[in-house]
Amino acid sequence: MRFSGSDKYVTTGDLTLAVNAAVTLQRPLLIKGEPGTGKTMLAEEVAAALGRPLFQWHIKSTTKAQQGLYEYDAVSRLRDSQLGEAKVADIGSYILKGVLWQAFECATPSVVLIDEIDKADIEFPNDLLRELDRMEFFVYETRQNVRARHRPAVFITSNNEKELPDAFLRRCFFHYIKFPDRETMKRIVDVHFPGLKPALLREALEVFFELREIPGLKKKPSTSELLDWLKLLLAEDIPPEALHSKDNKSAIPPLHGALLKNEQDVHLFERLIFMARQNR
Amino acid sequence: MLIDFFLHLKENRLPVSIKEFLALLEALQQHVIEHSLDDFYVLSRAILVKDETHFDKFDRAFGEYFKGVEALPGMEALIPEEWLRQAVKKHLSDAECAKLEKLGWEKLMETFKKRLAEQKERHSGGSKWIGTGGTSPFGHGGTHPEGIRVGGKSENRSAVKVWEKREYRNLDDSVEIGTRNIKIALRRLRRFARQGAPEELDLEGTIAGTARNAGWLDLRLRPERHNAVKVLLFLDIGGSMDDHIRVCEELFSACHSEFKHLEYYYFHNCVYEYLWKDNRRRHSERIDTHDVLHRYGNDYKLIFVGDAAMSPYEILQPWGSVEYNNAEPGATWLRRLTDTWPHAIWLNPESEHAWQYRQSTSLIHNLMGGRMFPLTLDGLERGMRLLSK
Ligand SMILES: Nc1ncnc2c1ncn2[C@@H]1O[C@H](COP(=O)(O)OP(=O)(O)OP(=O)(O)O)[C@@H](O)[C@H]1O
Ligand SMILES: [Mg+2]
Repeated sequence: MRFSGSDKYVTTGDLTLAVNAAVTLQRPLLIKGEPGTGKTMLAEEVAAALGRPLFQWHIKSTTKAQQGLYEYDAVSRLRDSQLGEAKVADIGSYILKGVLWQAFECATPSVVLIDEIDKADIEFPNDLLRELDRMEFFVYETRQNVRARHRPAVFITSNNEKELPDAFLRRCFFHYIKFPDRETMKRIVDVHFPGLKPALLREALEVFFELREIPGLKKKPSTSELLDWLKLLLAEDIPPEALHSKDNKSAIPPLHGALLKNEQDVHLFERLIFMARQNR
Repeated sequence: MLIDFFLHLKENRLPVSIKEFLALLEALQQHVIEHSLDDFYVLSRAILVKDETHFDKFDRAFGEYFKGVEALPGMEALIPEEWLRQAVKKHLSDAECAKLEKLGWEKLMETFKKRLAEQKERHSGGSKWIGTGGTSPFGHGGTHPEGIRVGGKSENRSAVKVWEKREYRNLDDSVEIGTRNIKIALRRLRRFARQGAPEELDLEGTIAGTARNAGWLDLRLRPERHNAVKVLLFLDIGGSMDDHIRVCEELFSACHSEFKHLEYYYFHNCVYEYLWKDNRRRHSERIDTHDVLHRYGNDYKLIFVGDAAMSPYEILQPWGSVEYNNAEPGATWLRRLTDTWPHAIWLNPESEHAWQYRQSTSLIHNLMGGRMFPLTLDGLERGMRLLSK
């Protein structure tokens, strides 16, 4: 079965091609791109479209590779032993299965999402090389070999906070989600707000893309911000004309706080508008 | 076959590996793509290139390799014969196909190969295949029954190919080759500070503590080691620095993988009230140096890279800059920066013994409190040792 986007998720041809190539050849797919370009959502949508269960592993700075396989809760066991608990004898009751283990023992092919891998320590990806290659690992405590019943489709996202090791990269396919162009953005908005007035959409996109062009913004507004903003505009019933009249470039668009969340960015923006007014 | 393409990428200094090349072959074998050059572009990029900063390099290499290849010879070099046959058939009408079968594939392929060899001999001969407009069986869009075009779909698309748009140019920030030495030296900067949340069981501490507790468990945790070095990199770009830009970029690309936080800014000759992040937009996207001063804590280490070659006016005089109307002299800005980030060094790509002959270099050398080092392995060692203190 091939992935081709969904009624909730807009894709471009190059993205679906990369997804299908990775799924067919059973290689992990590394996804990068600006915040809010749908990296995390992609795995969810692929799982739904292919009818596979999804196992999500959200990475934090303290996450260890081992935790994706299993954890041996030695501290509880030590404590229990001091309290004389009976289950102490069975080391297996202190082995906690990680996300990859769960995916490996899944009865059907599954999708695994390793979200924001760049948050972890630099060594993290290296510690998963063998597991992602062979889709198996060894549990030392119980002398048990865990092997995937079906190789899961693995999606890995990164926000570029750290570079990933070469050995890891060689094993992945890679796709960089470009920031959506106007046409793609229209389709994305349409998915979230079907039947939006064309005039409102046009004006809103105009403001949005213009805002993104402002040099020196700390955080350019992303897809999610655009969607939030539109929701507010609709809730407040703002007419399209109020957004952006051609002869009046110096008006501050309503509710712009939804687009610019950083205080300094808001100041910068207001300063620019102020200058534009003076130059009139 | 595809090997030429692979080697071409390697020649263009893309870090592609055999493992990835084999994966690409596997993908073609498994018919992951239809017979179109556009799809081949996306597929080969997804499999061979793992970093968007290399996309631009890839686009250029891809374009170079496939220029004029809408006529077949280039494709023949790329693609297994069977694949080619199918591709060709898709773009011919049934009648044309029949005619072609009559002429015979063998003959057609043979001619390709001859032409290809010819083209290889005369390296510039590529133009022979372009714009032959249908008079040759191998020209594109031809009316000859044997006229074949593989990337046939592209007639309906805009003339500019994806890879010709160079959309990723701005992401290219790395020059990989030759960075090995520098990497070794930069590693000195890694300081495995014991800080952060407690998360590692301190076994010795626990044993000692438990013993002291007469056998009652006394768990001790200690913070795990992690790389805590934060770096601000200020690069002199343009002007007299151009000779050194390559060395500079090597340092830069090496830095990327070494630090937890690495921020870089460009300046020209000396630092004034503006810096920028994207050299092509240096005039439109300037960043207030004051903002930068306030943005990063004093635990950042500051590294300048520049030859410090300029007119002394640019350092000492207000309004002395060649580019800006700087109200304050460069020296003031330099002091402001090194006051904010006391862990600062200046790396100079020019050889050390030449420094004394240049007034501006001596000035900056002094302003930096002597913390100027040449951009050699040894100079880096010294600089990094100083920064790690
Ligand atoms: N292609 C798309 N189709 C439909 N909705 C989209 C698309 N891209 C983004 N969105 C919307 O933007 C939101 C953010 O997407 P998501 O969280 O997947 O982004 P992300 O790239 O993972 O961001 P981050 O880097 O911040 O984690 C989604 O919840 C969705 O509403
Ligand atoms: Mg995400």
